[in-house]
Amino acid sequence: MASMLMNPLRSFLFTFVFPLTLSVSVSPVQTKSKKTLAKPGVKNIVLVDGVRTPFLTSGTTYADLMPHDLARAALQGLLHRTSLPKDAVDYVIYGTVIQEVKTSNVAREASLGAGFSDKIPCHTVTMACISSNVAMTTAGMIAAGQCDAIVAGGVEFMSDVPIRHSRKMRKTMLALNRAKTLGQRLSLIGSIRMAHLTPELPAVAEFSTAETMGHSADRLAAAFGVSRLEQDEFALRSHTLAKQAQDSGLLSDVISFKVPGRDMVSKDNGIRPSSMEQLAKLKPAFIKPHGTVTAANSSFLTDGASAVLIMSEEKALAMGYKPKAYLRDFVYVSQDPKDQLLLGPTYGTPKVLERAGLTMNDIDVFEFHEAFAGQIMANLKAMDSDWFAQTYMGRKTKVGTPPMEKFNLWGGSLSLGHPFGATGCRLVTTVAHRLQKEGGQYGLVAACAAGGQLSMKVKQAYP
Amino acid sequence: FLTCAYFVFLFRYLISYLFSCPCLRSFVNYEVKEDVAVIRMNDPNSKVNTLSVQMQTEMTEVFNEVLANNAVQSAVLISSKPGCFIAGADINMIQACKTAEEVTKLSQEGQKMFERIENSPKPIVAAINGSCLGGGLEFAIACQYRVATKSKKTVLGTPEVMLGLLPGAGGTQRLPKMVGIPGAFDMMLTGKNIRADKAKKMGLVHQLVDPLGPGLKSPEERTIEYLEEVAIQCAKDIVNKKIALTRKKGLMQKAQDYVLGIEFVRQQIYKTVTGKVMKMSKGLYPAPLKIIETVKAGLEQGPDSGYLAEAQNFGKLAMTSESNALIGLYHGQVACKKNRFGVPERPVKNLAILGAGLMGAGIAQVTVDKGINTILKDTMVDGLSRGQQQVYKGFNDKTKKKTITSFERDSILSSLTGQLDYKGFEKVDMVIEAVFEDLNIKHKVIKEVEAVISPHCIFATNTSALPIKDIAAASKRPEKVIGMHYFSPVDKMQLLEIITTDKTSKDTTASAVAVGLKQGKVIIVVGDGPGFYTTRCLAPMLAEAVRVLQEGVDPKKLDALTTGFGFPVGAATLADEVGIDVAAHVAEDLGKAFGSRFGGGNVEVLKTMVEKGFKGRKSGKGCYVYTPGLKSKDVNPDLEDLLEKYKLAANPSVSSDSDVQFRLVSRFVNEAVMCLQEGILNGPVEGDIGAVFGLGFPPCLGGPFRFVDTFGADKLVEKMRRFEHVYGNQFTPCQLLLDHAKDSNKRFQN
Repeated sequence: MASMLMNPLRSFLFTFVFPLTLSVSVSPVQTKSKKTLAKPGVKNIVLVDGVRTPFLTSGTTYADLMPHDLARAALQGLLHRTSLPKDAVDYVIYGTVIQEVKTSNVAREASLGAGFSDKIPCHTVTMACISSNVAMTTAGMIAAGQCDAIVAGGVEFMSDVPIRHSRKMRKTMLALNRAKTLGQRLSLIGSIRMAHLTPELPAVAEFSTAETMGHSADRLAAAFGVSRLEQDEFALRSHTLAKQAQDSGLLSDVISFKVPGRDMVSKDNGIRPSSMEQLAKLKPAFIKPHGTVTAANSSFLTDGASAVLIMSEEKALAMGYKPKAYLRDFVYVSQDPKDQLLLGPTYGTPKVLERAGLTMNDIDVFEFHEAFAGQIMANLKAMDSDWFAQTYMGRKTKVGTPPMEKFNLWGGSLSLGHPFGATGCRLVTTVAHRLQKEGGQYGLVAACAAGGQLSMKVKQAYP
Repeated sequence: FLTCAYFVFLFRYLISYLFSCPCLRSFVNYEVKEDVAVIRMNDPNSKVNTLSVQMQTEMTEVFNEVLANNAVQSAVLISSKPGCFIAGADINMIQACKTAEEVTKLSQEGQKMFERIENSPKPIVAAINGSCLGGGLEFAIACQYRVATKSKKTVLGTPEVMLGLLPGAGGTQRLPKMVGIPGAFDMMLTGKNIRADKAKKMGLVHQLVDPLGPGLKSPEERTIEYLEEVAIQCAKDIVNKKIALTRKKGLMQKAQDYVLGIEFVRQQIYKTVTGKVMKMSKGLYPAPLKIIETVKAGLEQGPDSGYLAEAQNFGKLAMTSESNALIGLYHGQVACKKNRFGVPERPVKNLAILGAGLMGAGIAQVTVDKGINTILKDTMVDGLSRGQQQVYKGFNDKTKKKTITSFERDSILSSLTGQLDYKGFEKVDMVIEAVFEDLNIKHKVIKEVEAVISPHCIFATNTSALPIKDIAAASKRPEKVIGMHYFSPVDKMQLLEIITTDKTSKDTTASAVAVGLKQGKVIIVVGDGPGFYTTRCLAPMLAEAVRVLQEGVDPKKLDALTTGFGFPVGAATLADEVGIDVAAHVAEDLGKAFGSRFGGGNVEVLKTMVEKGFKGRKSGKGCYVYTPGLKSKDVNPDLEDLLEKYKLAANPSVSSDSDVQFRLVSRFVNEAVMCLQEGILNGPVEGDIGAVFGLGFPPCLGGPFRFVDTFGADKLVEKMRRFEHVYGNQFTPCQLLLDHAKDSNKRFQN
């Protein structure tokens, strides 16, 4: 869930610390003859399609928009891509982290703005970096027979965040509202001091521990002995793979978006394959001077929105769609928000595999959210450690690590960007696309989020 | 300043006995990593490292080898013990010295060793995790660079003053240069612990390292390893000049240095600091004054004079009775932090407190953050709400001071349940009642509670004077009844007096002590009887104080006389703090129990005060008038009229200032000795600890028993006989005291 500015010239960093993770298993349609994960008596839920706006470094082309504008663009893109009738959806759910107070139910504002029927109910959810995962798993409403078609999505807009008056000032202003006489008003106004004028920025630290996510990631990397070199290498890998994917047109979930008053945007702008030498030059961003987490090996502050269309299998088929994947199983886990903030994938992976009756070897596609290179590496080391599994997870043996040749092959949050609320849908769509492209059967999504939580999903490719 | 010195002995000097093979180094070792020597300290015989003789010897050897090793460019000094760098010098090493000269020599050896460290051509980085106190801090500040973990266990400080000593290994000379003159005085005169982040701000450490969580090794182990890695990098960076050892000074720092460069300003500082020390210590503690003198010598006459003054003053201080007394208290406190009754059969996990008054809420506050689910029960909504607010405020103040986060505060308070009924009492392992001090009420409560609690549950009663056996008389299971006498304010006062009756079972006692230790208390376990130990000692002194007032000494003068003797709070103020009503109650009860021996002042004085509403601080009026928000207080004018009514003629032969002081103190001391004689007390150590930590007996005297030893039982008896002649049996020395007076070899403390 953490994201940071990747541009080293930018001097401020926001981090949102949420330890959450999500893993999804996606199964593609019978490419390899493996068992289906369908459960008797439960409706099959399918991913029809997924899109996203280009993810842009915050403060760039999207700077003058509002969050619902981005969400609207994603929704319109989805409508366009799927030729979905505007009243064929039963429900719209969006995930977001930093809420714009004017559009606190951003799902509703975006849905109306995108031209969806005003008869479609919408709600907005939040669970740090896995907010859109929560939006998607709410598609359980389909399994429960409540709905047949749902649009889930996520949006994050870091170019503008709510900066508030200080609590003192707010108190005075509210009291001013209630003041009856001129005298009362004047005395209230007279009570305003310089200190009242200090603005209150959105929290950059985990509320429960007062620690920023980058700081936590640095400590996590140190705890697992992840070196700066390993982190920089992983960051470079992410950027290189993302660049390749972008250049070869694999990122087909990206829609073009004509930004009002600006140019047409059709590509992510945070992908910058650099060199190890360049990366090595950067100073640590959080723990100074000996830390290992830098702006370049962390995800950066990003604007972006995503949307997916989820249906029951019958409905999709009835409407003439060829679904991209089954959404099979998911699990959320959470741990100590201080020291295990970003370890969700380690805890969640074995759980979700167990639920789905799969093993690590069955998975063909892994998409893990890359909050920090150090966080990914720490998780890989934790998954590879018998001691960790025995001491902290109550397991007899280690979880095992995903093979790198199946892991985040089209880049990840480090390079593509990480609009907190929107990343979950990107991961799920990417797994579906990779399963199709690579001919795999099962995919696994994992994302960690602030608060020490994680969501995992297993997907099965649609035959 | 010194006020807290006698409460807060947080530092942990421990004794290290040396039984190791002379050929192998067992305390200090080193390995060379690339070109950095990593010197590791680990005292094999103790939980903490101390600068014992052997530690110093091995350190010198290792240091010589490191200097001689051409492959080594720099060094890192680190402890292998989680939670302790070096906790200080070995106190026993100092106490083993017979003369000031011997101690001076010890100090000079330390100075020399650290001088070599300071002048080492190979930079040495001190990597600090855990307590870095006293000699440990002096060692660290002699190093070229300091890296510390930001752990809660990492504290730096110079607690020597609390033992009546001064930092005797260069600390008085290096600290002023490092943290500035005012900062150095603050550290050395208060002895307070400084957390790592504060130490960084002060310039005491250069770099901080975060403690790590779970990884591929245990967090403690990996944190030390990580600290070592960072320190090694620092050492290398110093060698290759990436880290400059001369730090750039900020504007404020430059300005301060400029101002402190003016002799006149420095003189003013010495004067102000001396004034403060005199005000706080009444001149009864030599150590703070010697510290000022030593710092001054270094700054005004140069380092040679400074170091010499440090060593000599260290020697002198080590021989003072004050230092002896404070070290005695330190050892006593360590002893009273142990459970000599063993491990209780079942740990207390759920605890209920009856009565949400000052005491009840205070007990809840020190319990709920120790992982014990706590029920706070009262009979009235108002009382309960007030009590809950008190607990909340206690933790919220910590949040404001940033010792805990607001999240930790909320999480702690989630274990506290406020209620008006007995719901959930069946799960409770211990009930502590803190209801009104009235035997009938206590009986009613004990019956009510026993109807709802399970058979294993312990019933503890918090009373200051009612005999426990009288309270236990209403119980169906007296073996589970015990007294736990807390002192107000519970979160500040360290003492807990546990009272056992002859029926109280050993397991019940063990359990009560275990809970008290968890609550962070220093514990004395005493026998049952009217007033137990502490109240019984205090009562005759307060009776005498009332007589002194009746004889025309005004409360301010009375306070001055008692504080002048070393009590942190004057007798009149103390009465107001305790509550005049409580004092009257106790005086009457104990008067009945002990007869004329507990007489002196007229109980009617206290009773009349209570009738008029002068109940002490809580009612706004007592001996003094208290105005909220005002620190200063005036003598209650109505008290004068009242005292006029009960006026007694003072006998000039026993009314000099010194006589008044001794009248007050001798009654206290005699009663304490009598408690030992009667077996109420387990030993003189607990007697001294109880008197100092619970009643504020002058810490510089070390407690009533040490006072008798130091002052001389014979001289005390002589004074008492003189008072006895005028006032009668209130001053009759007890048999044990007489025994000690007859035989000067008899001593309570060695």
